[in-house]
Amino acid sequence: MSTSTPAPQPSSSGAPTSMPPAGRVATKDRPHGGVGDRLRLWWDALPRPTQWLVGVPFVLFMALVPILNIPVLTTVGTNFGGVMAQFGMIALIAIGLNVVVGQAGLLDLGYVGFYAIGAYTVAILTSPDSPWNQAGEGHWLGREWAWLAALPVAIAITSLSGLILGSPTLRLRGDYLAIVTLGFGEIVRLLADNLDELTGGGQGLRGVAYPRLGVTEDLPNGVFSAGNAAGTLNSGVWWYWLSLVFIVISLLFVGNLERSRVGRAWVAIREDEDAAEIMGVPTFRFKLWAFVIGASIGGVAGALYAGQVQFVIPTNFNVINSVLFLCAVVLGGQGNKLGVILGAFIIVYVPNFFLGRTELFGIPINGNEIASYRYLFFGLALVVLMIFRPQGLIPVRQKLLTYGRELYVAARRSAHVVAPRGGSDGGARPGTPAVATASGGAGGAAPVAGGPTADGPGTARSTTNEEETR
Amino acid sequence: MPALAEALVHSATAGPLVHQSLIDFNLAGLGRNFWGLTIEGLTYGAIYALVAVGYTLVYGVLRLINFAHSEVFMLGMFGQYATLLLLGFYPSGNAYDKGILLTVLYLGIAMLGGMIVAGGTAVGLERVAYRPLRKRGAPSLVFLITAIGMSFVLQEFVHFVLPKLTGGTLGGVNAQQPIRLVQPEVQFTIGGAPVTNVTLVIILSALVLALATDLFINRTKFGRGIRAVAQDPVTATLMGVSRERVIMLTFLIGGILAGAAALLYTLRVPNGIIYSGGFILGIKAFSAAVLGGIGNLRGALLGGLLLGVMENYGQVVFGTEWRDVVAFVLLIVVLMFRPTGILGESLGRARA
Repeated sequence: MSTSTPAPQPSSSGAPTSMPPAGRVATKDRPHGGVGDRLRLWWDALPRPTQWLVGVPFVLFMALVPILNIPVLTTVGTNFGGVMAQFGMIALIAIGLNVVVGQAGLLDLGYVGFYAIGAYTVAILTSPDSPWNQAGEGHWLGREWAWLAALPVAIAITSLSGLILGSPTLRLRGDYLAIVTLGFGEIVRLLADNLDELTGGGQGLRGVAYPRLGVTEDLPNGVFSAGNAAGTLNSGVWWYWLSLVFIVISLLFVGNLERSRVGRAWVAIREDEDAAEIMGVPTFRFKLWAFVIGASIGGVAGALYAGQVQFVIPTNFNVINSVLFLCAVVLGGQGNKLGVILGAFIIVYVPNFFLGRTELFGIPINGNEIASYRYLFFGLALVVLMIFRPQGLIPVRQKLLTYGRELYVAARRSAHVVAPRGGSDGGARPGTPAVATASGGAGGAAPVAGGPTADGPGTARSTTNEEETR
Repeated sequence: MPALAEALVHSATAGPLVHQSLIDFNLAGLGRNFWGLTIEGLTYGAIYALVAVGYTLVYGVLRLINFAHSEVFMLGMFGQYATLLLLGFYPSGNAYDKGILLTVLYLGIAMLGGMIVAGGTAVGLERVAYRPLRKRGAPSLVFLITAIGMSFVLQEFVHFVLPKLTGGTLGGVNAQQPIRLVQPEVQFTIGGAPVTNVTLVIILSALVLALATDLFINRTKFGRGIRAVAQDPVTATLMGVSRERVIMLTFLIGGILAGAAALLYTLRVPNGIIYSGGFILGIKAFSAAVLGGIGNLRGALLGGLLLGVMENYGQVVFGTEWRDVVAFVLLIVVLMFRPTGILGESLGRARA
């Protein structure tokens, strides 16, 4: 319970204690009273099937975005499908990195290393240039590896690398971990550059395999090949759809983890590692888990990248990419899965948006020049955002991880009932007053604000509340 | 850092052998060139050390990885270059020959120019980016992201905006044409290894600056203030130390040393003045600071020298392309055994 103290917390800056009211924009004196929070409360209180009913059409809509050709949204200078494919990959990376940085609170500046390992695993297994791939037909290191067959290997190897990097380094804290992971990212890139006999060195590896689907007369290599460049249904769109599938899978996976014992352990570690350790959370093991899971998701993204570009080269895995990934996570709102996806979208989309554009809403602009200034604007935007909205665009809220939905339903009911009458309504709903008290600390509109955090005792309390509600 | 590697090829004769295997363990080369490599490593190490002090002081006082410090260093390079232009020097293939006294004077003025630009940038950075965050009590990751953002801004400023402001004289996509004031000449040899005048200037100036900084931190009133804030900000404030002033002073010192390091670096690598030229060196310098124990002034100096020397040995033993790998592996290995660096963390306790 006591872990939600006024100490600066990386993720809970929406709580009134950690942020003076003057520092907030547009939410007046009630930190949780905005539209977003009402939406959140509504969503959290929905039953699971209803959430699916809303979520599935939304995902379908997102899938259709690149082929609907929406006027201003569609990019002019580059292929919109390609942009969305890139977004899909970065979104996947952001989800993976969010597990490490946002949920477990481990600052990882070398995440690009896992991305590179995933990409290189696929490339080494399938590229005809790969020096390990010169064995003839039928040999297990032959060239017959399909992209989909290489994917599990890539995941396995990146997880293993996460384990190898994590097991010695996760004993370090905070900034030391940051610099060590940064070094790791650089080492991976330099290894790719220097181990010519394995990775092709600076020449890179060409001809990486990709899924061969939808082979027709016009497209002898299938819809995923780079040859499918023209038209609405180009290869970029197909890769985007493939990455959407992986995004949905990893969201379900990570979301379920988040609500499980593992997720509660991560939150506890993030908020206060010493306290978590004392409360009996095996912190090292769970930190390692976060690292391994994050790494494996990064490996998937790397495999997607290698397949889409069909060409891997060390310069694509610079440290600066790690920094960009981290920016996507922080920009969107670390700890919040939807937020980091939005962050990934902004990082990928905004520079491409201006490319080749000569007018915007009737105002003539020189889009190419604006696009070349992208890092300048990007840096400024980061600085301004960190000053005015440090928790990110869609910040994470502390919420109940166990028995959450029942409580949210009760809280919403009480918000409807309590507000007009100005008090509890007694006998009809015996549990309501208890919940209202639990939520009352943050001005009535926010049942989740001062609520229990997700460590051991927090869970215990939410359980008792739950029993009272019944 | 191609320029750096290129420059090293000349000094390390055993460097780029034809590598038949992935890694050649050229221990014989290390033995043969031991002194030469040590001197060369100390030269780079001295530059790392000066930049590392900026990281370590800021970290000690604010617990902040000032990611933008590499850009402070980069702007320092441009500052000294602009000063040389103002003094009437022009880039040309040949080195100027002004005589020892005048050359030292001009170099001193250029260093001053670099220090002013870098110090000003560092203090401005603190004012514009970090102070608003401190007022809001932001968590440390927010500071880090802001630093990254400012690093982008400063790089792109030199990349795109500076050439427009100066009519294409400064900044832009390409590196600046070098202005050479000193022609490297061998002065004497140690154990068969040649020592050039450039090496001498770099090591001696770095030593003087490091000593001066150490005295400033450990002997003066201002230094006591910095150590007090690093040790316990609240108590220091209660004792009448102005935290804000100390923070500004810290950034100023870091910037000044980065400006000095910028001049020394351009003496060694004249082609290195480019908008992206600070990044890798910044990472190395930060590694050096962590290696010695971040937050600890002497640790930064020790870490810088150690990193410079070790990566120079490493690149001969394993091959030139493994230089950076050696640096990072060294960092990781040291942190495994001494999780707070060689000399430990505390700036407050960094006394003799």
